Amino acid sequence: MLTVQDLACARGDRLLFKNVAFELNAGGLFYVLGENGSGKSSLLRMLCGLMLPENGVVLWDKKNIKEEAERYLSNLTYIGHLNGLKDDLTALENLTMSARATGNEVTKEKALRALAAIRVERCANLPARVLSQGQKRRVALAKLWLTEAVLWVLDEPFAALDIASVEVLAARLGEHLSNGGMAVLTTHQDVVIKAESTQTLRLSA
Amino acid sequence: MNGVWITVLRRDLLLAFRRRSDVATTLFFFLIVSSLFPLGIGPEPAVLSSIAPGVLWVAALLAGMLSLTRLFATDFADGSLEQMLLAPQPLTLMVTAKVLAHWLVCGLPVVVLAPLIGLQYALQNDALFVLIISLLLGTPALSLIGAIGAALTLGVRGSGLLMALLVLPLYIPVLIFGAGAVAASQHGMSAQAHLSLLAACSLLALVLAPLATAAALRISVE
Repeated sequence: MLTVQDLACARGDRLLFKNVAFELNAGGLFYVLGENGSGKSSLLRMLCGLMLPENGVVLWDKKNIKEEAERYLSNLTYIGHLNGLKDDLTALENLTMSARATGNEVTKEKALRALAAIRVERCANLPARVLSQGQKRRVALAKLWLTEAVLWVLDEPFAALDIASVEVLAARLGEHLSNGGMAVLTTHQDVVIKAESTQTLRLSA
Repeated sequence: MNGVWITVLRRDLLLAFRRRSDVATTLFFFLIVSSLFPLGIGPEPAVLSSIAPGVLWVAALLAGMLSLTRLFATDFADGSLEQMLLAPQPLTLMVTAKVLAHWLVCGLPVVVLAPLIGLQYALQNDALFVLIISLLLGTPALSLIGAIGAALTLGVRGSGLLMALLVLPLYIPVLIFGAGAVAASQHGMSAQAHLSLLAACSLLALVLAPLATAAALRISVE
């Protein structure tokens, strides 16, 4: 269970948001909406512990995420703005190595299946450098088919994706949620994701 | 946990292999800078061999510095650093793997090339041997200390210069003991004291630098 209490974020002298509080349980989907620059990405980074909040706490199973960081992080998958791909590695190498670097022992076959799930298996042996924006995004998203993490924090996962891939990803999110997972995501698109409970937070700039 | 360490090491070595030109830049820098001195100063063996320890050590130090700016910068730019920070394994572990990869790619080749350059400086066999040992013991400290500077200056404009200002003063002990070891053997004294101190520098850096680097990375990413 993810609990956020009284969270506030400041960038420089500007207060982006304050008093953000919510609770996310198994099967719950949490949308963070808002204009560009309203602090959506900052909120997501705070949830991951990449950024320290100005005020407030993030709790995982009632424990501060900073205190039990190791346990929290093994339950977390984050995909940010940046894809985290190395230009000089192939799509397959990128996927397997980034999974293994977080302790997830994946085989080549499993990684190939993940790439196939989001329809980029044809690019598996191409260096990330030559892939299009959408293809890179899909390679980064392929790790959602490998991870066993409960909580997914996704920053604009649908950006740059074609319509068919959006559907595939939405279906994968639905499947994750129906298995008791949780997801926090920002998006500017209307995508239907099946979830037991859906909450929405609208940040205003 | 071992698997993670080896994966990070392998990934960085593979990347270095795919971008060989970056590695070559470091080595050519070392080769050329240290070859320019004999050309500029003249072929007097006595003069050359007396400046050799200092010149070779400074060249090795600057060459390592040149490549250190890239140690975390590309990971930072493409987002893989964020992912590394979010791995459940300790960040210090991954930092040591990255630093080891840097040393294998930029430090070790300098150690291997050094005797070749040493010949240009009319270094005797004993001094050449001590030069190799001193570089072997000292260059890991350079990579480790440099990693702190690289992490602290991530995402800062003009980071290269800032990093030099931060890191070069910290290199002074390593430079003194390293060059001192070679000079001592040239004068027929034992280099053991210098080499022991050099090894101590590296061990101390191995214990402390990854912690400092990890802390600096967390601040930089925020």
